[in-house]
Amino acid sequence: MTAAAEQSRVWTRKDLIGLEPLAREDIEMILDTAPQLLAVSQRESGIKKVPLLQGRLVVNWFYEPSTRTRTSFELAAKRLSADTLTMNVSTSSAKKGETLHDTLFNIEAMHSDIVVIRHGCAGAARLLAENHPSSIINAGDGAHEHPTQALLDAFTMREHIRRSRQDPNATLDGVRVALIGDIAHSRVARSNIWGLKKLGASVVVCGPSTLLPPHIEKLGCDATTKLKEAIDGADVVYSLRIQLERQQKCLFPTMREYVRLFRIDNESLKAAPPHAIVMHPGPINRDLELSSEVADGPRNVILEQVTNGVAVRMAVMHLLINRPAFDTA
Amino acid sequence: MSIVVKNGRVIDPASETSAKLDVLIEGDRIGRIAENLQGEETIDATGCVVCPGFVDIHVHFREPGFESKENIATGSRAAAHGGFTSVVTMPNTNPPIDNGGMVELHNRSARETACIKVWPAAAATKGREGAEMTEMADLKSAGAVAITDDGSDIPSSWVMRRVLEYANMVGLTYLSHAEDHTLMEDGAMNEGFNSTRLGLPGMPKAMEEIAIDRVIRLAELAGARVHICHVSSEGGVDIVRRAKGRGLPVTCETAPHYWTLTDDAIERFGPNAKMNPPLREFGDVQAIKAGLADGTIDCIATDHAPHTVTEKNVEFQLAPFGIIGLETSLALGIMGLVKQGVVTLERLVDLMTRRPARILGLPAGELREGGPADIAVFDPAAEWTVEPDAFASKGRNTPFAGMHLRGLVKTTICDGVIVYQA
Repeated sequence: MTAAAEQSRVWTRKDLIGLEPLAREDIEMILDTAPQLLAVSQRESGIKKVPLLQGRLVVNWFYEPSTRTRTSFELAAKRLSADTLTMNVSTSSAKKGETLHDTLFNIEAMHSDIVVIRHGCAGAARLLAENHPSSIINAGDGAHEHPTQALLDAFTMREHIRRSRQDPNATLDGVRVALIGDIAHSRVARSNIWGLKKLGASVVVCGPSTLLPPHIEKLGCDATTKLKEAIDGADVVYSLRIQLERQQKCLFPTMREYVRLFRIDNESLKAAPPHAIVMHPGPINRDLELSSEVADGPRNVILEQVTNGVAVRMAVMHLLINRPAFDTA
Repeated sequence: MSIVVKNGRVIDPASETSAKLDVLIEGDRIGRIAENLQGEETIDATGCVVCPGFVDIHVHFREPGFESKENIATGSRAAAHGGFTSVVTMPNTNPPIDNGGMVELHNRSARETACIKVWPAAAATKGREGAEMTEMADLKSAGAVAITDDGSDIPSSWVMRRVLEYANMVGLTYLSHAEDHTLMEDGAMNEGFNSTRLGLPGMPKAMEEIAIDRVIRLAELAGARVHICHVSSEGGVDIVRRAKGRGLPVTCETAPHYWTLTDDAIERFGPNAKMNPPLREFGDVQAIKAGLADGTIDCIATDHAPHTVTEKNVEFQLAPFGIIGLETSLALGIMGLVKQGVVTLERLVDLMTRRPARILGLPAGELREGGPADIAVFDPAAEWTVEPDAFASKGRNTPFAGMHLRGLVKTTICDGVIVYQA
């Protein structure tokens, strides 16, 4: 790599709020930094730690219950040798208590370097990023974005394609991804649409008409209510978690009928090409949006997503603090 | 004591005057409007427009209950800064203004603390709960000039019909905050591409359209007049236009933000661009302008809705609805309507004076010899930049901060007293 190209691969942003504002190069910088950090977790020596964030403080600040994302961030920070602090706040108590800004002022008074925030309100991460010096990582804000999830998804897709095509430089250009489920309430869907489009993939979203938000196709994806149509020709079938509460809000009649129309199972996957993989952000509702035969079957890469999640989050934190990308290309 | 406002262009829609004239004020009355008048004191209005003090039939002065946001004293000063001499306050206070005693309390504070005329609208239902109608005859004798449950509409069509019938008998107009709240869930902004992109819960335009249609049909059934507050959508304008075409006694207002901004502003201004009804889309802005141009929209009201900085400086979904508007209304009219050829300057003045006054029968909105000396003097060409910290209002919640505008109020006179001078 030339010196000029090397120089261009320096992270310049303070925060990671979403994938919408990122350029393809930004996203690729993260994806290209992840493999070396993935290797840290897979060391034969068993010593799964590097000192890249030694002496730094990473605060995980969660307003919504989360196990997977929170532990993934925590582990990522620990494997980079950062000190970590986790604050679980219930939104209802926060409403009565201090403001979001005041809480962050307090966190920053303890000299935090990175603040990872999960919040039920869209825009919360950006509100903080624009008003505070800390590096903010959005771990999910309402139905807006969940950038690290989409990054680990893109990384997993890219790794899979590189392996199956035996091409270490393969990209997501031309790859077809079908996102299935509750698109309206999904930050995972929005971040994936932004990220995948920037990486050259094409996206189709599919779900009940009541769970497709207005003008979603203006984000640059196709939209359909027919599962078969979405899966047909998809290289990746990505199932989203369906929440039971939606049924009580009159968004679909019964879980039974949702399963009938939108479940990913061996039957519905017949429309997919043989090489298609199945993904899910977790936690899965076994036999609801995803049948057990698929969840446990050869096409699924769900646990790979979890493993890669730690590496991708390590890459994000490393870049936010240390700036230069690792070159694995 | 006499004051003469000299060398200005007098615009008085009621008398169809738009000419270079002097206005002589004697005591609290207008003595004469003619050329070459003399008085003990002179206000030079060269290059300025001299018109009736503006009338805003939809403001929130938050008194009693929410005085940290605004009170009648500060709200009236904000109004005077904006050239207003008459405003109508909404009753969503705490406690709400829903009985004669509360109206009297409001009016006592207005007499003692306001520098302009502050008229109260009272609640249409007790506690603004939409169930039992208020004692409207009592409210009227105490001084209420309209009834409304502003902030929400009356959900039950049965109750709304009876309120309209009864209000009509008493001679009060129902001001409808037309929104069907059953059509949203934690709605925070207009439902459309931007709400999808930002992941924020939406408020579809149909909320407004359904509610406008319903209240017009119920008013027709009741044989009553109705006034639709803050129309924001293309469909809303269209429904009012068709009702007027059928000869129904329907009037409506819009607010400056609805012709100035779209929901694109939310990303930049956050909670300071959050109000109810929400900012809409380009087509709606165009329709609002068309409605103002063809007379479908009868008047301009600001829906001045102050909140504290602390209340607004939170997550978008948790922030309260509302922006302030009294001190930017005229300039936004000049910028967005007059400069763009939507209406003439004379018509803008009409939309801000005689027309709103006429809807509620207020003794305001015209320059008449012998009438109250309520006058605004403004320079339509003067440029200025919106600096919220310079506002007389307690509120700073405006999406227009930093905007360069034209049209500056120089002097506001209420009952012959200079209540604001730039």
